[in-house]
Amino acid sequence: MKSITKQKTIDEIKGDLNKLDKIFIIGCGTCTTQLKTGGLEQVLEMKNRLLEQNKIITGWTVIPIACDEMTEVALKENKQAIQSADGILCMSCALGVHRMSLYLDKPIIPAVDTLFIGLEETPGTFHEVCAQCGQCVLGDTADICPIAACHKELVNGPCGGTNNGKCEVDKTKDCAWTLIYNRLKAQGRLDIMRKYQPPRNFHVTLKAKVLKMQRGG
Amino acid sequence: MASRFKEVLNSGKFVVTSEVAPPKGTNIEKMLHHIELLKDRVDGINVTDHQSSVMRFPSLGGCLHIKEMGGEPILQMTCRDRNRMALEADLLLAYTRGIRNVLCLTGDAVTVGDHKEARGVFDLDSLQLLKTIRLLETGKDLGGNDLDGKVEFCAGAIVTPEQRPIEPQLIKFEKKVEAGAEFFQTQAIYDLDNFAKFMQYARQFPVKILAGIVLLSSARMAKYMNENVPGIFVPQKLIDEMASAPKGEGVKKGIEIAGRMIATLTKEKICDGVHIMAIGKEEVVPDILAAAGLA
Repeated sequence: MKSITKQKTIDEIKGDLNKLDKIFIIGCGTCTTQLKTGGLEQVLEMKNRLLEQNKIITGWTVIPIACDEMTEVALKENKQAIQSADGILCMSCALGVHRMSLYLDKPIIPAVDTLFIGLEETPGTFHEVCAQCGQCVLGDTADICPIAACHKELVNGPCGGTNNGKCEVDKTKDCAWTLIYNRLKAQGRLDIMRKYQPPRNFHVTLKAKVLKMQRGG
Repeated sequence: MASRFKEVLNSGKFVVTSEVAPPKGTNIEKMLHHIELLKDRVDGINVTDHQSSVMRFPSLGGCLHIKEMGGEPILQMTCRDRNRMALEADLLLAYTRGIRNVLCLTGDAVTVGDHKEARGVFDLDSLQLLKTIRLLETGKDLGGNDLDGKVEFCAGAIVTPEQRPIEPQLIKFEKKVEAGAEFFQTQAIYDLDNFAKFMQYARQFPVKILAGIVLLSSARMAKYMNENVPGIFVPQKLIDEMASAPKGEGVKKGIEIAGRMIATLTKEKICDGVHIMAIGKEEVVPDILAAAGLA
């Protein structure tokens, strides 16, 4: 599982860093390193680009896993450089931004957009296979999620926009329901596709979503 | 007051429906003109619901005009722009204003239209909307509450006989029948042999099927649809026939082809009726009917 990101444009980053002259840059050694959106190389590149923009870089670091609790230790190790900065440019995904905000009062500006939680099915190609909807339907859909894979999140079969196995929104995208149909058919389970699926519950977990584990159970 | 359209559907007569497109803006003159032109010539007039995800005057508004003008409206409802509460509410309003026919559609994707950054709703799908109508008819809503006054509609849906692969489409068709669809208006069909095969299959279900007839205006349009519109297949023979039309007479040729197809469907009793979509050329629908011998 990976948090899939893409780097914001330098113009957007410049706009977000307006009035912040001294910057500390933080990358992440996990997802953004693998996606090449916020690993060591990209952090050093960003440093040079910000220097070109006449920013002062008070320091930089790449935290091994920016979203976990060890981030607190990494931030303490860089305490002085962070303190002398006006803001942090964060090159981890939004989970890392949030983790850092638990320990820092300074503005933390994301340098990447967090797109989805995805699986690397083939090297360099990441698929959103689960939309984390809270009501898993994979048992009825041959392990292909229509919430993640169908543009309209349909649960009762294909719409009229499917075309030779492709989707109306993009001819290069597979139609989720054709994939589901093919797999159910191969498994001899097409009867499942005939089952009526009632309207979904969009409030399985209320926002802000929190799960408290039961102790000792 | 029951649905006039439903009475025609059950009369055994060859049913003809057509459609009008609401304007982009508040100038409704052209739409009213088209309604005037069609209302006494067809058994029902569909009003499209932000067709191709392009924001327009609403379908419900168009249907109210049809009703006021003495026509029989078929309210097209997609699930793209309204959640279940808004859909239910519009059904209540439609009923109180005498609208008795609803065509349930999932709706095109937002990104194919002209408000590409809008949020697509799809809280329900076409099947769930059909079921919702049947539920409202029992005097209950989707929240499980009692209604003070219920609805009654003749509910329909669409099917795409040329879709490939066809089996998932047929499974969905059967689910729509089970969900309570009484009639189907098909996506445009041009290959009558293939459509007749579909009808042989569809005949086993207690529903009325109206074949979708989309007016061809040029060979280029036919090729464009083959390449870009899911579920539409215009055979080469018809493309050649369109190409053979003298310059400026494409629409005339298209009317001839549409009329001929409708005449065959009628004569050979292949289906229960037709739904004529002239797409911007509603003026010529009477000519198509004349060419089909139905005027």
